[in-house]
Amino acid sequence: MAKAKTNTEDYLRMYAQMVRIRTFEDNANQLYLSAKMPGLTHMYSGEEAVAVGICEALTDDDRITSTHRGHGHCVAKGAEFREMFCELLGKEEGYCRGKGGSMHIADQSHGNLGANAIVGGSMGIATGSALRAKLQGSDDVTVCFFGDGATAQGLWYEVMNMAALWNLPVIYACENNGYSEYTRTEEIAAGSITARAEAFGIEAHQVDGQDVLAVNELTQKLVTRARKGEGPFFIELMTYRYHGHHVGDINREYYRSKDEEKDWKENRDPIVRFRSWLVAEGIASEAEIEAMNAEIETDAREAVAYAEAAAYPDVSEVDMHVYAD
Amino acid sequence: MREITLSQAVNEAIAEEMRRDPTVFLMGEDVAEAGTPFKVLSGLVEEFGTERVLDTPISEPGFVGMAVGAAMTGARPIVDLMFGDFIYLVMDQLCNQAAKQHYMSGGKLTVPMVLRTNMGATRRSAAQHSQSLQALVAHIPGLKVAMPSSAYEAKGLMKTAIRDNNPVVIFEDKLMYQDKAPVPEEEYLIPFGEAHIKRAGSDITLIATSSMVQVAETAAEMLGREGIGAEVIDPRTIVPLDEAALLESVRKTSRAIVIDEGHQSYGVTAEIASRLNEKAFYHLDAPVLRMGAMDVPVPFSPALEDITVPTPEGVVENARKLCAGEMIHAA
Ligand SMILES: Cc1ncc(C[n+]2csc(CCOP(=O)(O)OP(=O)(O)O)c2C)c(N)n1
Ligand SMILES: [Mg+2]
Repeated sequence: MAKAKTNTEDYLRMYAQMVRIRTFEDNANQLYLSAKMPGLTHMYSGEEAVAVGICEALTDDDRITSTHRGHGHCVAKGAEFREMFCELLGKEEGYCRGKGGSMHIADQSHGNLGANAIVGGSMGIATGSALRAKLQGSDDVTVCFFGDGATAQGLWYEVMNMAALWNLPVIYACENNGYSEYTRTEEIAAGSITARAEAFGIEAHQVDGQDVLAVNELTQKLVTRARKGEGPFFIELMTYRYHGHHVGDINREYYRSKDEEKDWKENRDPIVRFRSWLVAEGIASEAEIEAMNAEIETDAREAVAYAEAAAYPDVSEVDMHVYAD
Repeated sequence: MREITLSQAVNEAIAEEMRRDPTVFLMGEDVAEAGTPFKVLSGLVEEFGTERVLDTPISEPGFVGMAVGAAMTGARPIVDLMFGDFIYLVMDQLCNQAAKQHYMSGGKLTVPMVLRTNMGATRRSAAQHSQSLQALVAHIPGLKVAMPSSAYEAKGLMKTAIRDNNPVVIFEDKLMYQDKAPVPEEEYLIPFGEAHIKRAGSDITLIATSSMVQVAETAAEMLGREGIGAEVIDPRTIVPLDEAALLESVRKTSRAIVIDEGHQSYGVTAEIASRLNEKAFYHLDAPVLRMGAMDVPVPFSPALEDITVPTPEGVVENARKLCAGEMIHAA
């Protein structure tokens, strides 16, 4: 863990945001298991320190692009439970009026340019957002989240090349959770992933994605430098997803052992680790933390109930928003 | 009125919009100093600098994707795709990303970008530089598709495209870049979804897009000499489509041929013919005929290439038969 700092409020918010993500996902999983959620969803549980460590280093003007595993990015970038659960259930009050669902969920007003169901599909969008910032003399930074599997998409190499040529304020954040669907990263990635960014002259870092302070500290530095025109940057965040590839991926021993899962959950959990640190540093007591957790759980429960009771969009909305005025 | 080439018209439209709106910028391969291989954009980098006229690497999915992101965050990019045939490379960025952002976000995100590219065979460029692929993108909800048929349309449609808040794909016929037409000095825009009746007639309607408008007009001339009055209509944009104008004409003439340079099967001509059949059936005296490019990859040899696209003679022959009540067994 990184060194203690004085900014208690920031730490507590980081903790709360991680717990909010975990709690959101637990509730989403329940909605799936009780057949209340249409479709499938990809859980972010286990990877909370990545989204939170990074998004806590950003302002509302900074943009992110998210992935099919996007609930964590969405919460971390400032979204509310109500609108998120409404979206998950296809309700009118969802962030996307029920038209996006889990794989396109985003609170656009906080700079989230959308979750993307095409693996690697948002790499161009993120880089283009950074290009716009540069052309318009704006100092916002864009973070492009993607998985280890997405590093196999050619698009990444095209846009990294342009980002490096033009010094764009974009940070490519690869969430390496060891798997793309049911395939180990070693089977799909030759050589080193950081070296790929380095080949374009892009400064690359590898960081423990289960250590929220390490992620946050690194991101803060890179964001500051990117604002000054020193970008782009690449971060590979070593992390792990606790659930299956999606909620329906239950029996997964054919590609991943229970021991391995147990090891990550018991020994490297980002929330447990950060919680012990907060207590050890005297930033929060166990009781305060328990109270925080309970409040978040209540919030989630209320939001789920709200979303379940909320209205579906009127059928007249089906051909609305195909074109903008 | 002064006459300028289609190429100059496009250039003027872009320059005017870039002067008017600082968020408009251009990107693509060899668009700056080279002004594109067709020289359509010559001079723009001199006026607007390399910050607003960006030469990109040969990375079509990359720079089209970047245009989407720039558009979603407050810029109005015009992306130059050197050949229409390269549209296959950018399909994900165009059809999964640009076209769907507004809808998937419940109306919160918009993608005001223009993809300008070209179409048209008979330039002896063979199968990968001659295709007319408008049907591919016209199929995708969320995209608008403009097909200028002269310098006048090229300018007015381009200006409208740049101001539109949706992704617009403009197909310019690469054989028409040097064709001149009267273009007013004063500013004008051509609204999307407004067909233009190029020539009035009462016996048959020739609905033609882009390059095929000239073909239809020549055919109409020839038919006129035989006493057949052909009405020529140019939809100008195929998405949105001015269905009302097409239907009105066909209800009047009771016959129609739809002509477009894309492949005939599953194409633009099929879509328009089908709508006419569905909505004007009881006004028709003959089946609506499609005339598209032959369903073959575009061949190189002039002896072969020229027979793959609709010609005025072919249109005349078909129009004559339709007017005489003869059935046509289309290819
Ligand atoms: C272009 C594309 N190919 C395949 C898929 C199917 N798919 C969805 S998620 C996924 C794995 C992605 O792995 P990774 O990028 O590592 O992200 P993770 O799921 O591990 O977070 C695949 C193959 C897709 N959505 N898009
Ligand atoms: Mg992965």
